Amino acid sequence: MSDGTPKTNSGRLTAIAPILIALLLVAVFAKRLIDIQGGLDPNQVESVLLDTPVPEIDLLPLPGRGPGLTTKNLKGEVTVVNIWGSWCVACLSEHPLLMKVAAENTVPLHGIAWRDEPEASLRWLARNGDPYNLIGQDPISEAAIAFGVTGAPETFVVDPEGVIRYKHVGPITITDWAETIAPLVEQLRQ
Amino acid sequence: MKIYAALSAVTLTALVATTSFAVEPDEMLANPVLEERARIISQDLKCVVCQNETIDESSAPLAQDMRRLVRQRILAGDSNQAVLDYMVDRYGDFVLLRPRVTGQTLLLWFGPFVLLLLGGLIVARYIRRPSITTVQALTPEELAEVEALTRDPNTGNEP
Repeated sequence: MSDGTPKTNSGRLTAIAPILIALLLVAVFAKRLIDIQGGLDPNQVESVLLDTPVPEIDLLPLPGRGPGLTTKNLKGEVTVVNIWGSWCVACLSEHPLLMKVAAENTVPLHGIAWRDEPEASLRWLARNGDPYNLIGQDPISEAAIAFGVTGAPETFVVDPEGVIRYKHVGPITITDWAETIAPLVEQLRQ
Repeated sequence: MKIYAALSAVTLTALVATTSFAVEPDEMLANPVLEERARIISQDLKCVVCQNETIDESSAPLAQDMRRLVRQRILAGDSNQAVLDYMVDRYGDFVLLRPRVTGQTLLLWFGPFVLLLLGGLIVARYIRRPSITTVQALTPEELAEVEALTRDPNTGNEP
């Protein structure tokens, strides 16, 4: 005791505890950083709506473009619902892919024109091409909130029973479509 | 006196202006009691596109639409809790500014108190540790040395 360093076991533990805690924290932060490097988006939240029925919607059509979009249209077969807007820059980057999907006619692709002027939506579609089967207008985010949307574009895969099976946040890439969405659509058809 | 009145008017305006709100006049409910409830609920809901703002203070379009929905639910007869649940059903706990106490958030809610308690225990142990300077009796040699040093050199007697 006279030299001031108690040599008991608990004494040693107290002495190295700060180092252990620091190492533990380094490990936790390092794992998170590596995950983010590996493509994990910390801002992305798993949707609570997965495996729940699509919300009740009844959206008006764009003027002069067939019927609008209702919950009824999302039942009976596998469908893909894409939330977009003419104001949405990121939507442009996935648009060529959506056009390709529509041309191949693999799955009905429906659009929700979110918080957009109908004329602006129509102009955008005339300029960039219209890949959608049905389009419903969502001027005051009724459908967007019902689908738990946090930003455009978002894409949902709905099974024949009208249950949401997948949600994609942000623009879909060719890889996303080929490796995740297309196989899921195929699987849900069986 | 007139200047004084003008000054206080300006000060009052400035004071009122510091509480910013994004709620537009045309969004408000006619019934002030229901409107007050809408404001309280809105302060618990996160603007999902801006993350660190409530929908009450955010001017994001989606926040505005969520405020509108909150008022719609209130008019439809929902309780405050029912309105919050309605949003949680669609956005998950993520939409709440004050996370609920669940298994997942236990650490978040009580972790700091556990750490404080641990720190307190360590500090208490450190303070209560017995002092390392213990009094020991002098050896005969040391006693002799002390005696030699304290003797008055002139008289040879102790002072």
